[in-house]
Amino acid sequence: MEVKKPKIKSMKYEDFKDNEYIEDLLAQLNASGVNVVVGKADQLLNWSRSNSLWPFCFGTSCCAIEFMCLGAARYDMARFGAEVARNSPRQADYIMCQGTITYRMAPVLKRLYEQMAEPKYVIACGACTVSGGPFKNSYCVVKGVDEIIPVDVYLPGCPPRPEAMFYALMQLQRKIKVSRFLGGANRKEKLTYDPEPCLE
Amino acid sequence: MADLKEQIGKLCPQAQFDTEGEFLLITIDDAQWHPLAVSLKRELHFDQLMALVGMDWGEALGVMCYLTNTESGDIVHVKVSTANRETPRLHSVSDVWAVANYQEREVYDFFGIVFVNHPDMRRFFLRNDWVGHPLRKDYDASPEKNPLRLDDETNEDYTCSWVEDDKGNVTKKHGLVFDFDEYVINFGPQHPSTHGVMRYRVSLDGEIVKKVDVVSGYIHRGIEKMCESLTWPQTLLYTERMDYMAAHINRHCLCLCIEKAMGLEVPRRAELIRLMMDELMRLSSHLLSYGCLTMDQGTTTAFFYGFRDRELIYDIFDRTCGARMSMSYSTIGGVVADVHPDFVNDVRHACDVIEKNMKEYHQLFTGNVIARNRMVGVGTLSREQAVDYCITGPSGRASGVHCDVRKTHPYSRYEEFDFDEVTRTGGDSMARYMVRMDEMLQSIKILRQACDKLEQEGIQGEYCAKVPKMIKLPAGHWYQQVEASRGAFGVYIESDGDAKPFQKPYRMHFQTPCFNLIGVVDLTCRDNMIADLITITASIDFVIPDIDR
Repeated sequence: MEVKKPKIKSMKYEDFKDNEYIEDLLAQLNASGVNVVVGKADQLLNWSRSNSLWPFCFGTSCCAIEFMCLGAARYDMARFGAEVARNSPRQADYIMCQGTITYRMAPVLKRLYEQMAEPKYVIACGACTVSGGPFKNSYCVVKGVDEIIPVDVYLPGCPPRPEAMFYALMQLQRKIKVSRFLGGANRKEKLTYDPEPCLE
Repeated sequence: MADLKEQIGKLCPQAQFDTEGEFLLITIDDAQWHPLAVSLKRELHFDQLMALVGMDWGEALGVMCYLTNTESGDIVHVKVSTANRETPRLHSVSDVWAVANYQEREVYDFFGIVFVNHPDMRRFFLRNDWVGHPLRKDYDASPEKNPLRLDDETNEDYTCSWVEDDKGNVTKKHGLVFDFDEYVINFGPQHPSTHGVMRYRVSLDGEIVKKVDVVSGYIHRGIEKMCESLTWPQTLLYTERMDYMAAHINRHCLCLCIEKAMGLEVPRRAELIRLMMDELMRLSSHLLSYGCLTMDQGTTTAFFYGFRDRELIYDIFDRTCGARMSMSYSTIGGVVADVHPDFVNDVRHACDVIEKNMKEYHQLFTGNVIARNRMVGVGTLSREQAVDYCITGPSGRASGVHCDVRKTHPYSRYEEFDFDEVTRTGGDSMARYMVRMDEMLQSIKILRQACDKLEQEGIQGEYCAKVPKMIKLPAGHWYQQVEASRGAFGVYIESDGDAKPFQKPYRMHFQTPCFNLIGVVDLTCRDNMIADLITITASIDFVIPDIDR
């Protein structure tokens, strides 16, 4: 069997702007074939994980207000199974970094990220977390959270509209749908891409 | 102004006066500053320190203090300079006006001016291992000096103060933030009830709060320093990202200040549009504050109600300004674009809906026995304390202070409108909450009148004055205040009259209402339960980026 293209209800595959990286991921996964039993188990895991993404409440400034709108009546994040905003990093699946990260906040963010349980994901929400945004020239603003923690989805905007936040959320779901949690270890020798440095 | 000059001249013969500017300017040496401050407060009733602006004039550092008389509304400002740059020292006035405590800590952090006799000279915004003082003109901004550090900051357990004895010798002394046997817990910066990234260190006796030490700066972005490297119109951008719940009002304030300095006449219709946007912003802010206050007490339904109605206001912003938040709508000389043709109808509709739903809010929450038990008589702030700590806005008015800038120093076209200044006398959490709810009705009242006026003056029409492409201000300084959602928001700008094509501000300071509000956290929470810390801070209603800037 093979890993299929990720499907998101209510938005067509072609309507997403950046399908190339998804196809790259698919090619990597399918390069050495997928075991039927383990592959099915992976599919089940991915399906359940991608449809109950619990966000971690981490808002430092303006974007947090739009995130609250996301949870409120009109936009209703519950449609994506992502309305259970957790206040403890231990219970959250992904962290949506909303707002500027300053030098004083950086160690706190890093620690919070490290406290989250695997698998964990990061959405850099808003211009500040992508690159420093309007505060790029400041003496105490981190120029993008990817200096501190790995980022899965970059979401530009100052602040992004709730619709854009949903787009980022769906991108994250797609990314989760094309990942392999089980059965990867035995096939390490056949991988065509560079193994991660920590495996050396 | 002449009267004041004479009276102050009698109190302090060494003072020099300048009556050229918008307010009376008093220049005085540091040695006479503290006695003058005491007599200004006692004899002439200048009981509120509106703003304390740190300055770097090149040869010396110093501060500009804006004082106001809450009875007559008179404003004077005092200029005090340090003797030199190497060991900059001034006398603290934190014993005269309590609000100066945190403001002097801010100036110390940014300029390195040491305030003699100040009880607690620690850094406030920057990490305690920060090198240098960033707002000085000779600050070395190279990243090697202050790299991104990912190690945890150490807790500051000792305060530091410079004390002067009778002979005038200044010695450095250390004290304790908390006693050794106190039980201290950490609260924040990542906590849902701090409404952002604020940190308190709370000393407890059982469940009773004994002392709160506020540690701020987790979202300090250095806006004031960045403004010094931008042209005047570019600086407008940052005003919306401080208190994003008063984005339009803050931007309006800076526009007013620059227009005042340029001597620019703004079309009356543009002022009306700005005023309507201000009031819509205030409505949206108070609805958010209602939502958060209720959610902090466990009423999630009420949160949904508040946010449902905010979407109506967001729709209006979206149609006219093209964005839901950070609208960038006001500009120097007016507004950037005319209103949407349906603007007036939309505003009327939103007013009707919110007015109707207000009854529902009260039914749902205000009369609730749990809400009353947790808010009535909790976190009381007296009128004297509110004036002393310069608490303005709904929190100040809940303590009975008449501090609505729309009434005391009307700007734009507020003097043409019929509305009441909502005040209460309780000063507790309930009073602060109720002032906000009543203010929403007043905002609706203003908006309805404004809709009629806009219809008379034309749904479409003139919206911006003719403004030169290169904006240049003459040398001088200006101060402007407006009534933002959380209190009086002030902007101080100083221009050196630079003749280069792209003129940049010499200094820009934002006196934000939330900054003063943190001064009373310790005061209001002390001797209350730890759970009440949540409701009190929610009713005071912070926006953290507004504190930290």
